[in-house]
Amino acid sequence: MVGKDRKLRLAVSALGLGLGMLLAQGAAEAADKVKVGLMLPYTGTYASLGNAITNGFKQYVAEQGGKLGGREVEYFVVDDESDPAKATENANKLVKRDNVDVLVGTVHSGVALAMAKVARDSKTLMIIPNAGADELTGPLCAPNVFRTSFSAWQPANAMGKVVAERGHKNVVTLAWKYSFGEQSVAGFKESFEQAGGKVVKELYLPFPNVEFQPFLTEIANLRPDAVFVFFSGAGAAKFVKDYEAAGLKAGLPLYAPGFLTDGTLEAMGGAGEGVLTTLHYADGLDNAREKSFRSGYVAAYKAQPDVFAVQGYDSAQLLAAGLSGAPAGAFDKEAVMKAMSAATIDSPRGSFTLSKANNPVQDIYLRKVEGGQNKVIGVAAPKLADPARGCKLMN
Amino acid sequence: MDFTSFLIQILNALQYGLLLFLVASGLTLVFGIMGIINLAHGSFYMIGAYLAFALTSLTGNLMLAIVLGIPLAFGFGALLEKLLFVHLYKRDHLQQVLLTYGLILIFEELRSLTVGDDVHGVAIPDLFSASIALSDNLSYPVYRLVISVVCIALAVGLWWLMQRTRLGMMIRAGSFNREMVQSLGVNIDLLYRTVFALGVALAALAGMLAAPISSVYPGMGGNVLIISFVVVVIGGIGSVWGALVAALLVGFADTFGTILLPELAGLAVYLLMAVVLLWRPEGIFRKG
Repeated sequence: MVGKDRKLRLAVSALGLGLGMLLAQGAAEAADKVKVGLMLPYTGTYASLGNAITNGFKQYVAEQGGKLGGREVEYFVVDDESDPAKATENANKLVKRDNVDVLVGTVHSGVALAMAKVARDSKTLMIIPNAGADELTGPLCAPNVFRTSFSAWQPANAMGKVVAERGHKNVVTLAWKYSFGEQSVAGFKESFEQAGGKVVKELYLPFPNVEFQPFLTEIANLRPDAVFVFFSGAGAAKFVKDYEAAGLKAGLPLYAPGFLTDGTLEAMGGAGEGVLTTLHYADGLDNAREKSFRSGYVAAYKAQPDVFAVQGYDSAQLLAAGLSGAPAGAFDKEAVMKAMSAATIDSPRGSFTLSKANNPVQDIYLRKVEGGQNKVIGVAAPKLADPARGCKLMN
Repeated sequence: MDFTSFLIQILNALQYGLLLFLVASGLTLVFGIMGIINLAHGSFYMIGAYLAFALTSLTGNLMLAIVLGIPLAFGFGALLEKLLFVHLYKRDHLQQVLLTYGLILIFEELRSLTVGDDVHGVAIPDLFSASIALSDNLSYPVYRLVISVVCIALAVGLWWLMQRTRLGMMIRAGSFNREMVQSLGVNIDLLYRTVFALGVALAALAGMLAAPISSVYPGMGGNVLIISFVVVVIGGIGSVWGALVAALLVGFADTFGTILLPELAGLAVYLLMAVVLLWRPEGIFRKG
């Protein structure tokens, strides 16, 4: 009896020792890894954006031989479904369950706001590859929350100056009534009225309604010099088609942030031709990074990259800059954050740095729709920085 | 707002209302006659729009696409009824909601797998691509007027079918008492299958007609489904005339709500629904 008991104890301790060694080995491996949590939409309206961002991110990692700053990249993926109601729970899955070092996401601003709250509370490093809500690098900014895309304010504000310079005095705006639409209109109005123009009426329709006909009638009735709108995706395609069909396009120039004509030109048919938009990316940019990025993307995914793929690519670049600037060994978040804030990113859009609020300081291009492409025709605002109003990091 | 603008807004309201009628008519038929809450109705609209996109790419002509698409949608509806919906007639509404909600997810995923998640456009047929000048700086696309005419023709056609034909008589009788109609020697299974397929075909036709002006995109069925239920509830469940009147009311509420009460624009339709339901809880045209 005694002998049997001892054998069992021996077996158990051997097992324990083995397990302990396994764990120790795991810990040693983990030190050379960076755990990346991708929280992006893979189903629903924004699925194609989520996939483009993921493709861009993984393309940069692949170009570096599967490593960022000398560390293996381990991915943890969650589909956020663009559902703000599930956002906190989804972000916590990555932060608490999977213990990720960096949280990357997302497209939808409402989801990103909830994610940023989780990141701030848990002090997790976060990189936002798209969501443009001004608050993320404004009143809610944090030293561990970075953005590689844009703020709603940026392209809209750049457009205000352009429209004023083109001699338009009275402008009517039309946008979806949710925060991004209202922030776009506010950004436009600020620079347009500073330059001497006047927004005669701000029209809004509930998101995601697309019954534009009453608004087009109202615009014709108000007789402005030009129209500024914010729409994106299918709504943008429908709006531009309706605008042309109503006979307004010929006499009443249409201006918008670039979301109007990105990924929607094929659906518009020819209706988009000639429309001027502003964005931090464009077709036909002439730089070496853009060329290598584009050919690499086409080879890997058999599709042309878009602005979302660029933002995913740059998110990986920013993380790589942070990891390269930090010591090897355990993940030193403070050192990574410091290196990220100081980084200059050689992006396909042209190089950019980060503001004190961790939002890109970047050229905003003026683009014209020509032959189904958003051709760059100039820089609307060079090195434009979001004012980051309400951000404590700015002082 | 000057008088010309006012008239144009009335035209906008009528046109939007007629399009809503087209979408909601199939829902009210299936709901009212067969007693089935069909959440997948919006998906049939989406399938119609994608059919229009696929067939127009294939044949180069939207009208041909519609002519081919209607029998396809009708056949698809009949098949679905035979495989799935036939099991629902004697079950409660919760199970109908579960099945049809499941169908929404399946159809969306199939769309994503086969066509992808990009936005696509469908060209307006050359014949109707012109515009009519309404004022010195505003014109109206002929295609929108064509849609309105088709909707009116369908409303009359449906009324005639339901009220003036033997088939319509059997359908109406079947909605009151399934067993009695069956015992009189009518093949009620075939009748229900026809009604369901008709409902699917109407939703798909609405999607096909709307495709050139709305574009085709993921999730397009969802918005349509909600507003269709609003129309059906206001009009009275199962009433084709009710759906027509309700659709026009919703069209007017939405259009003039937008212009006169911009702050409450999104609410106008739901306020209308609340008022109608307080006044007539069964909807405007509910019989019996």
